[in-house]
Amino acid sequence: MQCLRRGALKPKRCWGTTVQTKRDMRVIEFENVAYSYGGGELLSDISVKLAPGSFHFLTGPSGSGKTTLMKLCYGALLPTAGHVSLFGKDVRTMERDDIAMIRRRVGVVHQDCQFLNHLPVAENIGLPLTVSGRHAETGGEDLQELLSWVGLSSRADALPPELSGGERQRAALARAVIMSPDVVLADEPTGNVDWEMSQRLLRLLVELNRMGKTVLIATHDLGLIRATKAQVQARVLRIANRRIQLAGADL
Amino acid sequence: MKMLRIALASLWNGDRQADRVVPPSGFTAQLTLFAAATMAFLAVFALALSLASGRLAHIWGQELARTATIRVVAPIDQRSAQTDAALRILETTKGVATARALTDEEQQSLLAPWFGPELAIDALPVPRLIEIIEEDDGMDADGLRLRLAAEVPGAVLDNHSRWRAPLVKAASRLKLLGWVSMTLIIATLAAMVTLAANAALSANAQVIAVLRLVGATDSYIAQAFIRRFTLRALTGAAAGTGLGLLAILLLPSTADAGGFLTGLGFQGWHWIVPLVIPFLSGGVAFVATGAAARRTLKDLA
Repeated sequence: MQCLRRGALKPKRCWGTTVQTKRDMRVIEFENVAYSYGGGELLSDISVKLAPGSFHFLTGPSGSGKTTLMKLCYGALLPTAGHVSLFGKDVRTMERDDIAMIRRRVGVVHQDCQFLNHLPVAENIGLPLTVSGRHAETGGEDLQELLSWVGLSSRADALPPELSGGERQRAALARAVIMSPDVVLADEPTGNVDWEMSQRLLRLLVELNRMGKTVLIATHDLGLIRATKAQVQARVLRIANRRIQLAGADL
Repeated sequence: MKMLRIALASLWNGDRQADRVVPPSGFTAQLTLFAAATMAFLAVFALALSLASGRLAHIWGQELARTATIRVVAPIDQRSAQTDAALRILETTKGVATARALTDEEQQSLLAPWFGPELAIDALPVPRLIEIIEEDDGMDADGLRLRLAAEVPGAVLDNHSRWRAPLVKAASRLKLLGWVSMTLIIATLAAMVTLAANAALSANAQVIAVLRLVGATDSYIAQAFIRRFTLRALTGAAAGTGLGLLAILLLPSTADAGGFLTGLGFQGWHWIVPLVIPFLSGGVAFVATGAAARRTLKDLA
């Protein structure tokens, strides 16, 4: 994936205070974070640091707060206690536009993918370029390369509802990485696909990690975790009883 | 402020990609177009009413203020002598530009609507009318009344103030009513656009969520809606203004019948004034959609 490897899509200029991801800097850092909703505490006393280029899994039973924690990682939710720092900035001190800029550095793959159903797949994948005003700058070359990388070249003109579950996940992954983000977050990326497709998605995520991207995958698919650990050094974070209980431990 | 600047730039330059990210909303679009066209159509009439009332108030207030009439009420055999005496007094009255007695034919035509064209005016004790045109500084009406009372007992000066004042007041009120109507129409348009924009923003909550997920700023999201609603309001208002002007053009002209209603229209450079309506509507839609977008995006954050 040359365009990601060479950083052709890397933003030429960062937002506000120019933040470069140094090797010793934590791209995402949680410090005693808690999150409550509707009177109940979903997450409590979470402290975790994601270093650049690291590979993490987030596991735990359904309803344990994996998706909530993922949303805290890109500013979709704000902690009710503690601090979440994204690229060195406390998320609670950021303006909404600052958070929007952060999201250009954090590629997100949702379980339900979330596409604009009235736009073809290619335009959906290129959406981050469109909203950042870089569509004309980068042209269609990188987009074609990315489509080819995820094996969707022949489906570029299809509408999202016409795609299969696996194709949707791959399209979501392509959209997540088109801005060459520093971090890729994937929430149950293999939840709706068969084993073969999950392996294919995994290979793509591992390839991204080898390019230097920080990867965090929320999953309860132990087979996926084992398969990954055979390929890269991955850390497993397990959420239970609102806390991360096995941070740093191997499965 | 930043959102306003970006929205204005986007409105001016256009952004096909940004336009495409929000799905087309056919029915809502048509309703906004229709509402803008209707409001602009009504605004043209309100404007015409206001401008015509203004003209009327001006005529009654200024032009008629410089005219007066003397009625010479005397027996038929003295009427001519008293008329001549009144005219002699007027010749020496300061502030009178011209004064002349109406001819029999003119008086006959004045009475024709009531008595018909065959009226023998010489045989009736109809007062002789003298028309006075005052100079710009006006004349001393009270002094003239005293002189007429002393020298021409049958002459009665009427400077029209008794019936002119309520007419001027009514015309001024009508003019005000026209502007109030214009304001209400603009406010209604703003309310309609706000409702439509709110509905569109709410209906596209999922689209907004996706755009935010991929790093769209609030300004970017808002501009897609602002541009769409502003252009709709502009287009609809342009059509409505065109139709309104056509309807005004098709009204019977003053020459055909005369009177206030037939004078309801535009004269001279006033024809240019309604051309402001589409731009005003576009501006209102721009501001209303911007406010609705800011509010909704804040709520959805």
